[in-house]
Amino acid sequence: MTSKEYLTVKDIFGPLMLVEQVEEVTYGELAEVKLSDGQTRRGRVLEIAGDRALVQVFEGTLGIGRDNVRVKFLGKGLEIGVSPDILGRVFDGAGRTIDEGPRIIPEKRLNVNGNPINPYARDYPREFIQTGISSIDGLNTLVRGQKLPIFSCSGLPHARLASQIARQAKVPGSEEAFAVVFAAMGITFEEANYFITDFNRTGALERSVIFINLAEDPPIERLAVPKMALTTAEYLAYELDMHVLVILTDMTNYSEALREVSAARKEVPGRRGYPGYLYTDLATIYERAGRIKGKKGSITQIPILTMPEDDKTHPVPDLTGYITEGQIILSRTLHLQGVYPPVDILPCLSRLKDKGIGKDRTREDHADISNQLYAAYARGKAAKELALILGEGSLTPLDRLFMDFSERLDKEFIQQGEEEDRGIEETLNLGWKLLGRLPRRELKRIRPEYLEKYHKETKE
Amino acid sequence: MVARGLAGTNIYDIVRVGRQRLLGEVVEIRTDNYSIQVYEETEGIGPGQPVYPTGEPLSVELGPGLIGSIFDGIQRPLDVINSQLGPYIARGAEYPPLSRTKLWHFLPRLKAGDKVVGGDILGVVKESALVEHKVMVPPGVEGTIKTIVEREATIENTIAEVETTVGIAGIKMLQKWPVRRPRGVTRKVQPKEPLVTGQRVIDTLFPMVKGGTSCVPGPFGSGKTVVQHQLAKWSNADIVLFVGCGERGNEMADVLLSFPELKDPRTGRPLMERTVLVANTSNMPVAAREASIFTGITIAEYYRDMGYSVALMADSTSRWAEAMREISGRLEEMPGEEGFPTYLGSRLASFYERAGAVICLGTELQEGNLSVIGSVSPPGGDLSEPVTQATLRVAKVFWSLDDRLASQRHFPAINWLTSYSLYQNIVDGFAREKIAPGWGENRKETLRILQKEAELEELVRLIGIEALSPEDKLLMEVAKIIREDFLHQNAYHEVDTYTSLENQYYMLNAILRFYSEAQEALQKGIDLSKIIEIPAKDDISRLRFVPEGDREAFRQVEQGIQQQIGALREGSKVDL
Repeated sequence: MTSKEYLTVKDIFGPLMLVEQVEEVTYGELAEVKLSDGQTRRGRVLEIAGDRALVQVFEGTLGIGRDNVRVKFLGKGLEIGVSPDILGRVFDGAGRTIDEGPRIIPEKRLNVNGNPINPYARDYPREFIQTGISSIDGLNTLVRGQKLPIFSCSGLPHARLASQIARQAKVPGSEEAFAVVFAAMGITFEEANYFITDFNRTGALERSVIFINLAEDPPIERLAVPKMALTTAEYLAYELDMHVLVILTDMTNYSEALREVSAARKEVPGRRGYPGYLYTDLATIYERAGRIKGKKGSITQIPILTMPEDDKTHPVPDLTGYITEGQIILSRTLHLQGVYPPVDILPCLSRLKDKGIGKDRTREDHADISNQLYAAYARGKAAKELALILGEGSLTPLDRLFMDFSERLDKEFIQQGEEEDRGIEETLNLGWKLLGRLPRRELKRIRPEYLEKYHKETKE
Repeated sequence: MVARGLAGTNIYDIVRVGRQRLLGEVVEIRTDNYSIQVYEETEGIGPGQPVYPTGEPLSVELGPGLIGSIFDGIQRPLDVINSQLGPYIARGAEYPPLSRTKLWHFLPRLKAGDKVVGGDILGVVKESALVEHKVMVPPGVEGTIKTIVEREATIENTIAEVETTVGIAGIKMLQKWPVRRPRGVTRKVQPKEPLVTGQRVIDTLFPMVKGGTSCVPGPFGSGKTVVQHQLAKWSNADIVLFVGCGERGNEMADVLLSFPELKDPRTGRPLMERTVLVANTSNMPVAAREASIFTGITIAEYYRDMGYSVALMADSTSRWAEAMREISGRLEEMPGEEGFPTYLGSRLASFYERAGAVICLGTELQEGNLSVIGSVSPPGGDLSEPVTQATLRVAKVFWSLDDRLASQRHFPAINWLTSYSLYQNIVDGFAREKIAPGWGENRKETLRILQKEAELEELVRLIGIEALSPEDKLLMEVAKIIREDFLHQNAYHEVDTYTSLENQYYMLNAILRFYSEAQEALQKGIDLSKIIEIPAKDDISRLRFVPEGDREAFRQVEQGIQQQIGALREGSKVDL
């Protein structure tokens, strides 16, 4: 490969540089950008047309001029060095260690782009992960290999919820190697610090790999962070046989960085200025979750994103919802009522739960009771809305029971402590206890035999 | 990417690009500049690398061995790639879609001396326990059979020779067909049979026909994919093509792992034996996603030409449209609405128009049909966006998925107020003859009740339920029964997941029976609260769990309704 250094930078705009008269440069190749003051930055080839290459500079173009810069193309794509020693370490967005630990001697270097998993090679995720959180385990069950995002809003405790999941997640009755890969994109120092301190406090740090790109770090570097985190996760899962939980926060910041590059390239914008390929780009990240036939390990993803203006139809949550297998949505109203975790269960969903629950996995009645809790909660909420307009007196006695039920569900089922780790039996029994106040003939979503076995009608 | 010096290459021809021989398609020619859309990730490709023309447009291979296979968007066999290259799809993989070595037992139907034209069935091959593959004379070939023998043959062996005006044509089981060109038919005809799906809200209220088109739009989480899967599982088509276009990998894995285990309700054989899968998940290359829909429908047309009833499910056409948008953007075409190319509408229409009931090519004039069911994923659930609107102009059935219903866990979340089917009359006519004379009236009455319920709900929101008349309250009660016990259907319950047309009719009949008896009782002055307390009302809610063929259960419930309401009337007489 060529080791030529080019002095032929023609244009500089936004995070991009146009280099002329290049030879043998390929799409996606990594570039080294040397400034005359000795600084070295890195970039990636986004486009080549004839002898001109468009290079995206990860650290940004601040301080670069046409005559103080030399560009060298490295003949390879973006890579990360991995070895079992990366567990417990903290990296920056460019993949360099930023903690005090020793230098890592990589066992091998992996291209971070990764190839798509062959759908034929996928194993269907069906192992129940107990998070100890009733609103997730009981109603929106997470399984190994799933991608289940948390849709949050600014000011809500998504960080606390995510670290509670990371702390408590386990597969009941199994003692397999478990790791967390945490990727922070454009979040504040305080938020990142919360995770690191919390991981440290609970001992989770030893089995974690952390990538940090803070709000003050170059936005373009953010684009590489999830790819590096997932490449690391794939190494841990498929080569070291570990079950890996990947937490990506915050995907909205990632998408904004993508928009910045797209705008600099003067591409035709899609909705709200995001590029038309946002869906495909997000999919290449989210679809790296899963299980592969014949491999022991698995990758489960919990991406976190904040919905601008609490709006679910904003392009980032919207496209994410179309790719991921469900979503956990946090609600400001519940948060203001003091409910933790403020999970707004009605719009939540776990698409993979049906194969992960039931007899021999959680309990035979799980699917039915989950559907019934949902149906009754929705009815109770509708009754409550009606009562707001017409007063409680206008409700039928039955509607009043449902309204009462939905309030109790908020306070007793969804509400739980930050350190409270509920077993699945406990969660399901709690559900039955709440349903006990409803007459049996109204519980149509539950098979008669389970009603017989578990339902105990209780009166006030 | 642009290449030069490809003289002799036509637009939409396939080329191999670069040292890794990535697959690409010529999408634009400007003098000597050939724009190539590459179907794979292009990292590592740069100027100066070679381009190899193949001289052929993007084509699919057709022949025995399609059934039970899984292909990507450009018909590469994913199972072979997995066994050869491991769990990831490496770039530049080149494997033939159909096995070249597998032997098939070819059984002639015609004999030497017979005159044939394109589309005539030369003989058959048992492709799977469910599918008899009919080996056809390729379109355009016409003449007299010179030789034809019963034999074990690979798809590349010559199984017959036909003497034509231009010489002898050796006929193989393997055919190729360019995906962007519809396969010919003698003529199109009106569809006349329902596509039975076993889904009550669909078959009874918004039915689909064999050879029809329908679309399923809905925001994420409203259950599009579950509806598509249910149709792929239970619809009474002979062949099912499932195209996973830009959707989730785990969903394809679900189909792959569950279809070999699920049994076809009519034959008891695994569903995989009548299914072909095309999977181009969201993380696979965009250009191949654009091609996947064409690949799928061409294979579907091939089976239609054999005289089969074929159903194609495309999940999701929005991802397909987005792929077109991306490609159009790269070609720097002038964008139309929301950045979609201006030809979005005509492309979508030409895809849906490849559906239909037809008289196939060939002297026998046999009938075949191809139904298309496309899901649409409108951004933010907003149905005014271009893909939904362009689809609604061509699709005849509209199953509108509603996330409000989904969040109440009412599935399938098909909104009964906004959905429609333009095939209701065809299906009514069919059902009147084959199922029961009252089918159409029951459907109309049901829709009327649901419509009225929506109006009354508005009223209740203003003045409270107590202000309604007993008749209206009864109607609300009956509407609730229809919603909860008839329209709601649990895809994961072994019996509830599929209901035959007969059982759908009897279920609805029992509910409407209750309504008419109750109305009469109300007129006789009986208290509404007593009527809705009768135990037979609870029996209605268990009708969905009645297995196929058990007529007695329905009769008992209807009898129970009649007796118990009758008893109320008797009781009130005594009181007087």
